[in-house]
Amino acid sequence: MIRILTGYGAMLLIAMGRTLLLALCGLFFACILGLIFGIMSVIKNRVCNIISLIFVDAIRGVPMIVLAFFVYFGVPYLFNTIIGGFNVSLTALQAGTICLALNCGAYMSEIIRAGIQAVDKGQMEAARSLGLPYAISMRRVVLPQAIRTMIPSIINQFIITLKDTSILSVIGFPELVNTAKNVQANTFMSFQTWAIVGVMYLIVITILSRVAKTMERRMNRGR
Amino acid sequence: MAANKDVVKINVRNLKKSFGSLEVLKDISTDIYEGEVVVVIGPSGSGKSTFLRCLNKLEDATSGSIVIAGQDIMSKGININKMRENIGMVFQHFNLFENLNVIDNMTLAPVELKKATKEEAKNRAMELLKRVGLAEKAEAYPSQLSGGQKQRVAIARALCMNPDIMLFDEPTSALDPEMVGEVLDVMKQLAADGMTMVIVTHEMGFAREVADRVLFMDGGYIIEEGTPQEVLLNPKEPRTIDFLNKVL
Repeated sequence: MIRILTGYGAMLLIAMGRTLLLALCGLFFACILGLIFGIMSVIKNRVCNIISLIFVDAIRGVPMIVLAFFVYFGVPYLFNTIIGGFNVSLTALQAGTICLALNCGAYMSEIIRAGIQAVDKGQMEAARSLGLPYAISMRRVVLPQAIRTMIPSIINQFIITLKDTSILSVIGFPELVNTAKNVQANTFMSFQTWAIVGVMYLIVITILSRVAKTMERRMNRGR
Repeated sequence: MAANKDVVKINVRNLKKSFGSLEVLKDISTDIYEGEVVVVIGPSGSGKSTFLRCLNKLEDATSGSIVIAGQDIMSKGININKMRENIGMVFQHFNLFENLNVIDNMTLAPVELKKATKEEAKNRAMELLKRVGLAEKAEAYPSQLSGGQKQRVAIARALCMNPDIMLFDEPTSALDPEMVGEVLDVMKQLAADGMTMVIVTHEMGFAREVADRVLFMDGGYIIEEGTPQEVLLNPKEPRTIDFLNKVL
């Protein structure tokens, strides 16, 4: 155990840093995707509703490991070999970010849709009755109320996404799990290696949950 | 209280509204004059709320015409947001913006729509709050107010846009009985100031005292209309008589 920590501790910490970087990149784009598709699913426009529905169903219906292989290997192959003439190549970080963004974005879009729909219809009607356009009513009245109810689910989704980065070890991104595999291969100490990795995840996620709880409490204070 | 019979504020002709296969408004025609206080009564499901909500296009009427201040609000090119700036609405469940305090509830629309600067809107809001007796609640959040206070803020919020017309959709139906009076008092004051008002309500006493005209609706039609004297005290239609017997 000590040998792993002294010999590979720094390596594992750097790998954890990469895990966090990947999660952060993924979450950033997931929030944007989630907001776009979430709003597309609540506005009164059939085409937008259907596009959003297809996006969410398609992503939810495919395991992330398949999505990862598809984005990392399948998409460049499509452009470079099947269609031909392109020279598309994604780094593991880019592919990983896309996968996380798509996957988490789909769930975020559902959270945002549910959050918006949970706000009493009368709020939108009152805003519109004053002459406010739909977009301003949404931004100033409905969304701020929706976000309050969404916060716990969003944070939960963040944690799931952070853990899902481990799936992306399959496309060779040197995040924590991938690095730990190498450590195990070098030392043959699988019990110690995976125990350390498990604890590292546990610490980061526990800190995150605590921060989340504090934020949640602060958001609710105004009520 | 004095309706100006020379100026038609709201002209409704052959208004029909269906929700799917359910026809809620069958054929509504009426004129509402400047400064007139029109009270709409009728059993639930008679279409009175739908009628009111068609007047500011919260519901899209199926056919017919609604002309407000000379503008056909059913025509395609109409800027409905602009029209709504002049038509205040008060809801049964108040619908104050829960995320904003009283003063921000009132100033949001005037400031966002560039009708006033933040400062002007705030001054006007404070003036209106004084008028409805809630100046000390300016910083309170809706959740900290009683039902009656919420509804008075909701009226003040609508007035903050300086509307020509005010629509009231059962403004006292969700209130505890002891709070009805304070809301009706604000509405009476508004009527006395010459506001054009259309009010859906079950408050017969208020209708008798304040209304210039009472419309009795049932089954999607206006069954009977006239002064409170005529409709409430000497109704002619059997359905009106039947309804009034049940509620009075």
